[in-house]
Amino acid sequence: MAKQNDIKFLTSTRVEQRQKKYCRFKKMGIKYIDYKDAEFLKKFVNEQGKMLPRRITGNSLKYQRKVAQAIKKARQMSLMPYVTDLLK
Amino acid sequence: MATENLQDYELMVIFTPVLAEDEYKAAQKKYADFIKENGGKIVHENAWGLRSLAYPIDKKTTGLYWVLEYQADPQSNGTLEIQMNRDESVMRHMITKLDKYAVQYNARKRNKVTAEEATTA
Repeated sequence: MAKQNDIKFLTSTRVEQRQKKYCRFKKMGIKYIDYKDAEFLKKFVNEQGKMLPRRITGNSLKYQRKVAQAIKKARQMSLMPYVTDLLK
Repeated sequence: MATENLQDYELMVIFTPVLAEDEYKAAQKKYADFIKENGGKIVHENAWGLRSLAYPIDKKTTGLYWVLEYQADPQSNGTLEIQMNRDESVMRHMITKLDKYAVQYNARKRNKVTAEEATTA
């Protein structure tokens, strides 16, 4: 029977440590999210133009709400589409 | 005149692309003067010009954007709003209130732009 230590796994058994999510606004000290620069807001939207949830973006609650408000304003002023395909 | 409490606002307007260049300027001037008459103060004006829209607004796919940062007392915004709704050349408009971080952000952005222009020029 193959002994324990000479069993070689193809991939390392320890799954690589997923790096801790952080809120980029708190870290970089951004206080105001401008609804006019759609390029920046595109980071928080998926391909269909829908907003990404907090567990994906890693934002803190306070800044996720500010991002949501900014995206809605950008959509209102048609800087960003409500729904689209292949946004990125 | 009530005590003058000036709040910071930002107005963004989309004009119909049908407007010629001078009509576009005239419309900008009309609203800027309107704010000044009502005791407001223009902080910064920024015309983006013709831009394609993310989705068609009343059958048009492009629009003339105009962003205006100004200070005015809250009552005058109401009349400004009515003016905008009545005006056909305005497809869509939005007035947002700027908190102190927004004002700092806009100021910093403007200084950075002028700094860049200074270096590139």
